Amino acid sequence: MRSALSTLEVVRPRSLDHALEALGRSVSGERLVPLAGGTDLFVYLNAGTPPGTRYLDLWGLRELRGIRVRDGGVRLGALTTFREIREHPVLGRRFPSLVAAAAEVGAWQIQNRATLAGNIANASPAGDSLPVLMAHDAKVDVRSARGAREVAFERLYRGYRELTVDADELITAVTLPFPPARSFPFFRKVGTRRAQSISKVVFSGLLALDRERRIAHVRLAYGSVAPVTLRARRAERALRGEPLAASVAARARAALAEDIAPIDDIRSSRDYRLAVAGNLLEQFLRAAAESRARR
Amino acid sequence: MARRARLPRASRTVLRPPASVGRSVPRLEGLDKVTGRALYVDDLRVPGVLHGRTVRSTIARGRIKRVRLDPAFDWSGVVVADHRDIPGENLVALIEDDQPLLAAEEIHHAEEPILLLAHEDPERVEAATRAVRIEYEPLEPVLTIEDSLARKAPLYRDDNVFKNILIERGDVERGLAGSDLVIEGEYRCGHQEQLYIENNGMIAERTPDGGLLVRGSLQCPYYVHKALVRAFALPPDKVRIVQTVTGGGFGGKEEYPSMIGGHAALLAWKSGRPVKIVYDRLEDIAATTKRHPAAIKLRTGVRRDGTLVANAIDIVMDGGAYVTLSPVVLSRGAIHAAGPYRCPNVSIRARAVATNTPPNGAFRGFGAPQTQFAVECHMDRIAAALGLDPLELRRRNAYRLGDVTPTGQVLRESVGALEALETAARRARWAERRARHERENRDNEARERPAGLGGAAAGRRRGETSRNGAGPRANGRRLRRGIGLALAYHGAGFTGSGEVKLGSIAALDLSHDGRPRILSASTEIGQGTTTMFAQLVAETLGVPADFVAVETPDTGLVPDSGPTVASRTCMVVGGLLEKCARAMRERLELFAERPIRDARDFQRIARRFLAERGPLRFERGYEKPPEIEWDDDRYRGDAYGVFSYGCCVVEVEVDLDTGETRVLRTIATADIGKAIHPILAAGQIEGGTVQGLGYGLLEEVRWKDGRVWNHQLTNYIIPTSMDASPIEVVIVELPYSRGPFGAKGVGELPMDAPAPAIVAAIAHATGARIDEIPVTPERLLEGLRDGARRDGSRSSPGSRRGGKRS
Amino acid sequence: MIEFVLNGRGRRVRVPPMKRLLDVLREDCSLPGTKEGCGEGECGACSVLLDGRTVCSCLVPVVQVRGARVVTVEGLDRGGRPSALQRAFIDLGAAQCGICTPGMLVTAAELLRHARGRVPSEEEVREALAGNLCRCTGYQKIVDAVRAAARGASRDGAAGTSGARAPGRSRAGTARAKRSRTARTKRSRRRG
Ligand SMILES: Cc1cc2nc3c(=O)[nH]c(=O)nc-3n(C[C@H](O)[C@H](O)[C@H](O)COP(=O)(O)OP(=O)(O)OC[C@H]3O[C@@H](n4cnc5c(N)ncnc54)[C@H](O)[C@@H]3O)c2cc1C
Ligand code: FES
Ligand code: FES
Repeated sequence: MRSALSTLEVVRPRSLDHALEALGRSVSGERLVPLAGGTDLFVYLNAGTPPGTRYLDLWGLRELRGIRVRDGGVRLGALTTFREIREHPVLGRRFPSLVAAAAEVGAWQIQNRATLAGNIANASPAGDSLPVLMAHDAKVDVRSARGAREVAFERLYRGYRELTVDADELITAVTLPFPPARSFPFFRKVGTRRAQSISKVVFSGLLALDRERRIAHVRLAYGSVAPVTLRARRAERALRGEPLAASVAARARAALAEDIAPIDDIRSSRDYRLAVAGNLLEQFLRAAAESRARR
Repeated sequence: MARRARLPRASRTVLRPPASVGRSVPRLEGLDKVTGRALYVDDLRVPGVLHGRTVRSTIARGRIKRVRLDPAFDWSGVVVADHRDIPGENLVALIEDDQPLLAAEEIHHAEEPILLLAHEDPERVEAATRAVRIEYEPLEPVLTIEDSLARKAPLYRDDNVFKNILIERGDVERGLAGSDLVIEGEYRCGHQEQLYIENNGMIAERTPDGGLLVRGSLQCPYYVHKALVRAFALPPDKVRIVQTVTGGGFGGKEEYPSMIGGHAALLAWKSGRPVKIVYDRLEDIAATTKRHPAAIKLRTGVRRDGTLVANAIDIVMDGGAYVTLSPVVLSRGAIHAAGPYRCPNVSIRARAVATNTPPNGAFRGFGAPQTQFAVECHMDRIAAALGLDPLELRRRNAYRLGDVTPTGQVLRESVGALEALETAARRARWAERRARHERENRDNEARERPAGLGGAAAGRRRGETSRNGAGPRANGRRLRRGIGLALAYHGAGFTGSGEVKLGSIAALDLSHDGRPRILSASTEIGQGTTTMFAQLVAETLGVPADFVAVETPDTGLVPDSGPTVASRTCMVVGGLLEKCARAMRERLELFAERPIRDARDFQRIARRFLAERGPLRFERGYEKPPEIEWDDDRYRGDAYGVFSYGCCVVEVEVDLDTGETRVLRTIATADIGKAIHPILAAGQIEGGTVQGLGYGLLEEVRWKDGRVWNHQLTNYIIPTSMDASPIEVVIVELPYSRGPFGAKGVGELPMDAPAPAIVAAIAHATGARIDEIPVTPERLLEGLRDGARRDGSRSSPGSRRGGKRS
Repeated sequence: MIEFVLNGRGRRVRVPPMKRLLDVLREDCSLPGTKEGCGEGECGACSVLLDGRTVCSCLVPVVQVRGARVVTVEGLDRGGRPSALQRAFIDLGAAQCGICTPGMLVTAAELLRHARGRVPSEEEVREALAGNLCRCTGYQKIVDAVRAAARGASRDGAAGTSGARAPGRSRAGTARAKRSRTARTKRSRRRG
């Protein structure tokens, strides 16, 4: 059941300012829907569920492109594709879990078009980059004709598919601070198959030990286990200040059950997601322990 | 020991350079397919064409109260057709006349077609479908096998059973009573979607002579022909069906094209314009046929040494809302249900029941993958109960020459069961790999247990175990590896008297430029029919394959060589063509009074013949080999002329934390008599194997209120190149004296063994024996949690139950 | 009016801006080689190269290809003759029904260009092609064909020897079973 594509309008802005202005003006009338790589939007259009009739084509905006490495971290333009993330040498070294996530988004065809901001703004709880951004304390640059602001990634989602970004705002970039020294990053997607798949559970963790080998810094972020991507704060609390031990892992796992609220849906079941979320937490802690043992 | 493969003597004498049969000659249509020049139905440009759409029922059972066209919509230029517009009978003629072309009043399943619309602008007709309002009086639907058997509602006759089959040999109850051990098991498999990448599509137009021309993606032109003759009350010669290049079928384009072809034709009939209906993926998955789900129970008596004594098998398949092909699917499933094993006492009771789901239909294997999945899983359960190696158990029981099947068929020749089994085991290094996985799994388990979070011990053995990619302990994962195998057989051609009833005809004539031209209704749907036919004819005529012309399957031009199904194309139709070619050769050599030397010579002689004597055409019809006897009422006799045999070995890696299974390596052997074209044959085996892998591991149709819930490609999961493992194919050739150059069937066999082999490998890796496919991570994790690892222990006399997941 | 470079030639179309590139190619440019298998970005049958990268043309609005270079299956040959990749697909049996083939070839073309003469590993090829579903072949012959093309050995490695994996007659089966897959692959490379 396809949408009537011939009736859809597109605005092609010359510049970011022009885009923001058009977007701002549209809020009062028929809203402009931002269009980036189209890998989500065209699925809706082809399925006959168009999110609007007027589109703002961001693809040509150079201001929204590019990956810049700075002192404290990296800044990724909104239109950065997952393919660009995969191929970036600094990201590969400093943010291996982001690169791992990018490599598991769809397949080449999708990675060549799908953008980071599109993934964020589409706000699917199964979005694969989202747990990584959350685990790394990412910040999202948001702009409108009214001005610019920075939103902490964990405060970006208000509810299921609902952002704290306003209708006249665009995401322009994402900033990731370098993780603390000697930290251990982790990414694991459990999808419907080995490639071209949607997550049943997606997890990203980040952990650093202090000199006493206690957990000094920890982030546990999950997708597909609640209406929004979330941090498992209770489980984090159970880990913080503790050594990497089996009893600690068990306590964190118990706490995790309070953090998440998975459901049965077309791709998996509540029971499975609950079990796997816990197992992945343990997998992460084991991997961290192994990586320490190897050093 | 089984016999070694060898070329049939007879065929050697005809060999002369350039030999075709047995060589992988370039595929005739290959160039068109790699350059984008091959035109599929949706690629055809038809001036003035209208785009057709189907309005379908949203409920699974009930009555249509009212169909209303929204007056607010602009209906100008929209063609609307319903059941009253059908000039002939409102039905899709197949085995029984129970399925309407368009629902008139009663609704028997969701997505049942009710109304047809067409317009020249695809966007307009799309909008029009949304402006149709249908009011229903819904009734409680019957959606499962259990509810159908319990007669929750009367759907078909008085018992909801489309077809009952009973096959008996020996005395099962006595056999069971006399065995050392009786093992029970119950197995289930769900729907599987064919998922050809080209969706169903047809173009229909009225012809100037008052008839119909229908072109499209299909497997069986004469099925569509038969259906349209009745639906349009036309004489047979006024209906012409032409196959376009077809993007895969796998059975999914066996009977369904009669439906969509009928729809396109009806719109064309009413409007007088050509009409094209091409489904999108959502509609194709939601509305078209699937593999029959099945529930299968086995009760098997064995001696302590593993010898099978008795097998009681009960099969129920879900046929869906109409009879369609269910009786024959059930029949093939039942006949293969005991697996390729000798057993003196067998009873097979099989039923196909009605439900209010879209009719299930043909899919590669046709019932046999379901029943052989069950029997192969059961063989592994028996092996475990007896403490026997699964390979050894099969070795002891596999069919040998002279054995008798449950229908009483004596296997007189070409029995490659052991050969397929042993070749696969050797190639896989079965014993060595098995021992190694067991050792490594033990080591891993030991390492994981005390250390809690792993830590220092993790590095041990790393060098050894990480050779095939990620080590079994990569990045915190708890991985287990296992190996499993399954053996299967598959009858070639229609079951029992089917071929006699079909009475296929194929022909060979001379084209005006003096080349041999093949005339058959057998379709090229990717499996290589065209090339393989050309090879058979070329070989016999002593010319190269690309010298032979192959006519498009067009009911206006070619005789009815039967449907392109049931692994019958090469063996049956190919056999007819070989006979035609022999006759043609004889005739031309007689005419020339000397042997034909090569293609140029052939053409010279043929042209002279055409000039002096006129056209030359040979037709051959199917003749039943005298030794084959079949009794349809008692289900006894020679179910098939011959069987093909195949074995599949897989190695898997399971992540215990997620239940994800990765197939690491697959070996498939197949005794197909003779590989006419080795690359095409291997391609069939590889493709079928990966469909089997999907069947066992990934592919699940999820339902909601009788409608397919996951009718998107993103949610109905088939294997990608990363899910499929590397496959090694070994073709075993035990020739069949009545097949062309010794060939038997190849198409369906590879679908039978992979799923049970995967289940076995997972059980070997984890101890969890899952009795329902697909073994999704959800199912496996639940199985692991329930401690489903109970059957590794030694047997005890008496009955053992293999529960749902035990 | 939207202008872009199609298979090396300038092209202008007057179509609605959100029309899918797939439909523009098939309907407005008369290039039906690019297929639609799903319209969801899943099957890859609609793959084309957009500025050298494989994309699903069912997800790309034509407005976004303004000024870009588009290559379809019809543009993959070498001056009217099949490329080494196309040849390998024919010779090694990588196209069965052929409906996935145009998309496969397009993605494989990107892979080969990136590999720059290096022969990608089996795993690399499988990863690259994961967005192109094939229901017929089981992928093995496709992977083999892509690697054969990378080796530039497709012609000799193919029809004549019927590939590395051709049917082991059972007599030869035992001996062959001892050789690993990689060994066999190497063998055919040397021959090529
Ligand atoms: C076959 C297939 C496989 C996929 N696999 C995965 C997968 O494995 N993992 C995964 O996470 N996703 C997957 N996706 C989803 C999709 O590719 C991603 O979500 C992608 O990142 C979306 O980016 P885009 O640029 O294509 O977004 P678009 O489709 O252009 O837009 C998506 C949404 O974001 C909004 N938007 C885009 N840019 C901005 C901006 N700068 N500011 C504000 N709003 C904006 C749009 O208005 C729209 O609502 C898959 C999609 C397909 C078709
Ligand atoms: S049609 Fe574009 S990916 Fe399937
Ligand atoms: S060859 Fe048929 S789908 Fe790939």
